[in-house]
Amino acid sequence: MDFRLNEEQQMLQDTVARLVRGEYSFEKRLEFSETEAGFSEAFWGQLSELGLTAVPFSEELGGFGGGGVEVQSVMTELGRGLCLEPYLQSVILGGGLIAQAGNDSQQEQWLGGIASGELKAAAALQEPQSFYDLNDVATRAEKSGDGYILNGRKAVVIAGHCADLILVSARTSAPTSGDTRDADGISLFALSPDTAGVERRTYPTIDGSKGCDITLNNVQVGADALLGEEGKAADVIEYQSGRAIAALCAEAVGAMEVANELTLDYLKQRKQFGVPIGKFQVLQHRMVDMMSELEQARSMAILAASVADIEQSDERRRILSAAKNVIGRSGQFISENGIQSHGGIGMTWEYNFAHYAKRLITINHQLGDDDFHLERYANLLQVG
Amino acid sequence: MNMNYTAEELAFRDEVRAFLDDKLPADIAAKVKAFRPLTKDDHQRWQKILSAQGWYATHWPEEYGGVSWSPVQKHIWDEESSRYGVPRSVPFGVNMVAPVIIKFGNEEQKQTYLPRILSGEDWWCQGYSEPGAGSDLASLKTRAVRDGDHYIVNGQKTWTTLGQHANMIFCLVRTNTEVKAQEGISFLLIDMNTPGITVRPIITLDGEHEVNEVFFEDVKVPVENLVGEEDKGWTYAKFLLTYERTGLAGIGLSKAALAHLKQLASRRLKNGRPLIEDTTFSQRIAKVEIDLTAAGISNLRIIASVEGGGVPGAESSMLKVKGTEIRQSINDLARRAIGPYALPFVEEELADGFEGEYLSDEHAAPLSAHYFNNRKLSIFGGSNEIQKNIVSKMILGL
Repeated sequence: MDFRLNEEQQMLQDTVARLVRGEYSFEKRLEFSETEAGFSEAFWGQLSELGLTAVPFSEELGGFGGGGVEVQSVMTELGRGLCLEPYLQSVILGGGLIAQAGNDSQQEQWLGGIASGELKAAAALQEPQSFYDLNDVATRAEKSGDGYILNGRKAVVIAGHCADLILVSARTSAPTSGDTRDADGISLFALSPDTAGVERRTYPTIDGSKGCDITLNNVQVGADALLGEEGKAADVIEYQSGRAIAALCAEAVGAMEVANELTLDYLKQRKQFGVPIGKFQVLQHRMVDMMSELEQARSMAILAASVADIEQSDERRRILSAAKNVIGRSGQFISENGIQSHGGIGMTWEYNFAHYAKRLITINHQLGDDDFHLERYANLLQVG
Repeated sequence: MNMNYTAEELAFRDEVRAFLDDKLPADIAAKVKAFRPLTKDDHQRWQKILSAQGWYATHWPEEYGGVSWSPVQKHIWDEESSRYGVPRSVPFGVNMVAPVIIKFGNEEQKQTYLPRILSGEDWWCQGYSEPGAGSDLASLKTRAVRDGDHYIVNGQKTWTTLGQHANMIFCLVRTNTEVKAQEGISFLLIDMNTPGITVRPIITLDGEHEVNEVFFEDVKVPVENLVGEEDKGWTYAKFLLTYERTGLAGIGLSKAALAHLKQLASRRLKNGRPLIEDTTFSQRIAKVEIDLTAAGISNLRIIASVEGGGVPGAESSMLKVKGTEIRQSINDLARRAIGPYALPFVEEELADGFEGEYLSDEHAAPLSAHYFNNRKLSIFGGSNEIQKNIVSKMILGL
């Protein structure tokens, strides 16, 4: 048993850490967030120059062939820096969907670009009615000649506003059960946002990033836009969102680490009643609870990384839901108690803690919150 | 990054399983699994079997008859023995006073006491807490005054677990009142049959006689029963507490309790369906199982770090808090799972050899009492608040 990173993994993590420390000060992040892209194209360029956007891809694509632990190493540091670049959306989720479902020519067409950072992908999997259930798809794709015509609306596509390629889930056949949550009949399409009938409504997100809702109005695509087998995309989507959950857990751990460091530092600096407030037991115990939540989260991020790339099974499903549940709860605990421990300064825009708090809360709203995953886990309970 | 056991570790696990399959008395295992109280005879029977196997003293060097298991092996033992329903060894002799004697005692003490612990001839209890000294242990008042070849001991100890069975007690006593509280304490080994010692039961909220008060009135203790130096007992006491704290997270025990809970919830009904299929209840189970999974990995991370040469520090304190909260939640759910049958308190149903008709069933009978009994988990071994003080000081530097 050994929980340490190997030498290469440690080097990888150190590389990202150095880059983030050098290029991603809190002040710069605020500036990046306010640009039209909502992130730094220059930093994205640096990530790709160092080969970091290629980490999870095979060596033929110029990647490392990195697995869950390598992705965890990168994401933890991006989390520490509250980095806004679409690594999760494009490299992990977008790239993952194409790598799993795409045929040879589709992989050739897109994966090289995603791995090199030149092409950004985003996955449009949620809908206004779907809540967190990615099988709840009302968007329709009707056969038309050789291709399809898509109609529907996709909700909260993070980084969709800057994507060169959008991966859309849509129903190619009406659900046999008549229920829009049927896993059968869901297909995946890759399309350019410039295709006629694609309309993006872009907005900032509360955590400083950007996203969009996408309306598909008689969008015509060719047969070559279909990724994988028609009607059989649900398993691919579930598997790849599992990988993204593991990555998101790592990002959250990075953000929680810094949130706790900031809070502990504040308890030592801030004086009231003539003493550092960290001398008060009620604040000490709260800080210990925050540390303890972080340890639980760290353990689950490690466990999630260890199953991110294994074959699908109920055990993998259970672990990923357990991890996301823990991350959601511990993230909220650390956000709320961190703000409380800081008092008024924790409420301000100009101090960085609040931005960590906001990111930790929004992570709970991506790919299923703690309640959603608790329910999923409960449905998979095993009596030993 | 590797969360798997090595081939040698897997072979050790097989050896443990084979031993438990072969040697663990079924009646004792059944009691442990059902959270029924054990008798003195149960403890002693199992202790002899373990000693014969050479697996009783897992914290001792081999020269004294211990077994040198690695941290991972100890973990495997913990997991397997919890799963099989092995009674937890009464720790006061083998895991508490013995490591102190080995580290700080003289040769004669080692020769006298260690073999008697191994053989089960001596049953030790712990004389630490006093009515006025709980979390603030250093404020203890039991006095030992040197008189020639003896100390004369006067005072009172409390919460003395299973003291009613013990023939030996190790005590923290005050030998110097002129210095700072921590600096005037000594560590004495006392024969419980010495005149002047009285043991009185304390009945706990579950009706059990598990703890006692021990009174000392002009008790004559030979000076050779002093461990180490006079007035240096606090150092030895703290050393002992680090042993007490390891394993207090009880991850293996929680896993066993959770398996029991899931069995229970599959048998009990709500709305005509197994309780485990009820949305609310299954989510309560799911939450505690998830927390236990995370704590289990945290535990493995500590074990792997100790195996790699690290020292278990205040991280064990953090895990003690989490681990005890989890076990208490599981006990809470087990009590909830029996619904209205949480009320009846029929003590005969818990007694050895009960052959009457159970009011509900044999599984339900001990659950409420067990829930109440385990409220102690967050109090003993340093209350969870004291653990947080330790983390706050040692890790956070507050």
